[in-house]
Amino acid sequence: MIPHIATRKLSMLRSFSLFLCLFLCWLLLSGMPAPFLLSAGLGSALLVVWFARRIDIVDHEGHPIRLLWPALLSYWPWLLKEIVVSAWQVSRIVLDPKLPISPTLVRLRPSQTTDVGLVIHANSITLTPGTISVKVGREEFLVHALTREGAAGVQRGGEMDKRVSALEKWPEPVR
Amino acid sequence: MSLDLLRDLASWTCLLAGGGFCLVGGIGLLRMPDFYTRMHAASVTDTIGAGLVLLGLLFQAGFSLVGAKLLMVGLLIFFTSPTASHALARSALLHGLKPKLAPPEASSKP
Amino acid sequence: MMFSAVAVALLVTTALALARAALGPTVFDRLQAANTIGTCTMLLLATLGFLGGRPEFLDLALVYGLLNVIGMVAVLKFFRHDRSAEADK
Repeated sequence: MIPHIATRKLSMLRSFSLFLCLFLCWLLLSGMPAPFLLSAGLGSALLVVWFARRIDIVDHEGHPIRLLWPALLSYWPWLLKEIVVSAWQVSRIVLDPKLPISPTLVRLRPSQTTDVGLVIHANSITLTPGTISVKVGREEFLVHALTREGAAGVQRGGEMDKRVSALEKWPEPVR
Repeated sequence: MSLDLLRDLASWTCLLAGGGFCLVGGIGLLRMPDFYTRMHAASVTDTIGAGLVLLGLLFQAGFSLVGAKLLMVGLLIFFTSPTASHALARSALLHGLKPKLAPPEASSKP
Repeated sequence: MMFSAVAVALLVTTALALARAALGPTVFDRLQAANTIGTCTMLLLATLGFLGGRPEFLDLALVYGLLNVIGMVAVLKFFRHDRSAEADK
């Protein structure tokens, strides 16, 4: 769908953005703008970009810069809220003298189509306290939940599933 | 300066809450009955405990190089801890460690 | 003052995780405890940096975190085809 020339251009652009990210990391971590350190950082960043291009990981999976803004502005705040809410619930369960747990295994058919989307979905499930993705595949996730209520929240077409799919399809409008 | 006081107050609240959540995770690690449920308790420490402690420190650091490094520590925890947890849970399941499950629906009422 | 309170809380959490590592019963419980101790140590390093007024400790925390996750995955790879992990269910 995209002409060959455009693909090459896109790949160069991606390499350049990877280089910028790496160099920014170097600057932030060194914090000393001495000429020697700056040139060493420049050299290291270039070297790493060259290596990454050689082993062919500078693509939409290895450097998903396209997802940066939608993730930062829409997905992460929601995920953060979700983490806080479920961490509070798990803490209350832990401190409850009766320990009211009902561990459950559920299967989930994720609606994502790309590997990046699947990884984001599985990692988000694990990151939320109270649910852990035990087995991850293209067709099916196996999720261990601390309570039945937590297990009921994880399902195809659930809030998280929809949001990750929307993130993955960005900037296309969803449906 | 009242703005400084406000900042300190926010920072102390976050630090105390973060320390508390870390403790809750540790207690859960001891109290829970089997491996998989213990992981849920540990993830409280990994996510909200670490996040709140780092946020409290971030209030103290302000917009500086130190603040940027704190954010990097936070990002590192947020990206690696679910990966490590997933690897651990998957490995346990592959080694045949069966989770203790609640009975299907019969004793749903606590 | 607050920094010392957090440091104490983190140390107690480390002690609790250490107890879990000693109690076991499976290899995976011990690994989970080791992971929690790693996270606590990272946070403790960051807090100690502020407590002593030496923010350079944050670099140590970053390196420790990287080593923590790499070590974790390395140990899991090591146990992959090992029967000893299955012996005690």
